Amino acid sequence: MSTETLTQGQYVQHHLEHLSLSLKTWTLDGHGFWVINLDTLFVSILVGLLIFGMLGMVARSVTSGVPGKLQNFAEVMLDFVGQSVKESFHGDSSLIAPLALVIFLWVFFLNTMDLLPVDLVSRLLGYAGVPHFKVLPTADPNATFAMSLSVFALILFYNIKVKGFGLVKEVFTKPYGGYLFPINVFFRIIEELVKPLSLALRLFGNMFAGELVFIIIALLPWWTQWLPGSIWAIFHILVITIQAFIFMKLTIVYLSMAHDTH
Amino acid sequence: MENIALVSGLSALAAGLLISLAALGTGIGFGLLGGKFLEGVARQPELAPILMMRMFLMAALVDAFASISIAMGLFLFFASNPFITAVLTAVHPAA
Repeated sequence: MSTETLTQGQYVQHHLEHLSLSLKTWTLDGHGFWVINLDTLFVSILVGLLIFGMLGMVARSVTSGVPGKLQNFAEVMLDFVGQSVKESFHGDSSLIAPLALVIFLWVFFLNTMDLLPVDLVSRLLGYAGVPHFKVLPTADPNATFAMSLSVFALILFYNIKVKGFGLVKEVFTKPYGGYLFPINVFFRIIEELVKPLSLALRLFGNMFAGELVFIIIALLPWWTQWLPGSIWAIFHILVITIQAFIFMKLTIVYLSMAHDTH
Repeated sequence: MENIALVSGLSALAAGLLISLAALGTGIGFGLLGGKFLEGVARQPELAPILMMRMFLMAALVDAFASISIAMGLFLFFASNPFITAVLTAVHPAA
């Protein structure tokens, strides 16, 4: 971009900054922990409303004749998610399949925000006076940790609800029998804490690396960008789908483990 | 000045190690995974679609921490380097 007067490092830095509202002084230059990333919030709510609004509209006008394209798409998604839930979930809950559907579709469509050109949204909004705007919410660890901590809360809730006091017995005796209970408790705590951590960081790491490679490709001269850009974009479509699928599958498996009483 | 050069060189080495070790681990992991997949398909070709889906599942799990390492390495390389900024603020406190 010939109008750029930023160095390469500054260009990359500019594209990695969020539109963050500091909660201490209500200004748009927040740093540290007490900030709300308004761009993440806005894009994820917008995408969520679009996707699930569309699905809701399809559900209202569902026909049993030849389905239209949207209904076809909704049925394929429901079939796919229902298949995954049926083969991995060994409990009895009517929350799991809708939860898995929401997770899969929402994470997938948030991830596809990465395929928008790097400068498009942030430059257009820059003309309207917005200083930074990162259009990919799942490259913000706040968003991925929010999702995985919600799943963790559900895991804890179902553990306590389904197992009751059997949970205490399970935690104290699981791998090694009753007398080694400190080791059992220690391992169980680590295992439970790794679940949300790995869910969040897996999604965040993949998406952040993908976005960073797109930004680095954008630093090349404009006439050489098409080749690495298209190769990486095609590979990234695969990564997006796999990461959304993995998040959903692991959520189902963890919740099934929380319902397991054997 | 020497401190800045030292920290700069060492953080370049650190970023290189992050990226290369992630690539090494992922390469070996995916190689083993793909090899087992091919063996499995050779034994029972009718299971190929199921096995391929499971392979991609395992691939995403193997990919997880490698991609976090790559993200951190690329961040050190191209975006801010916190070690250099710490040394610089220690050397020029008014800056």
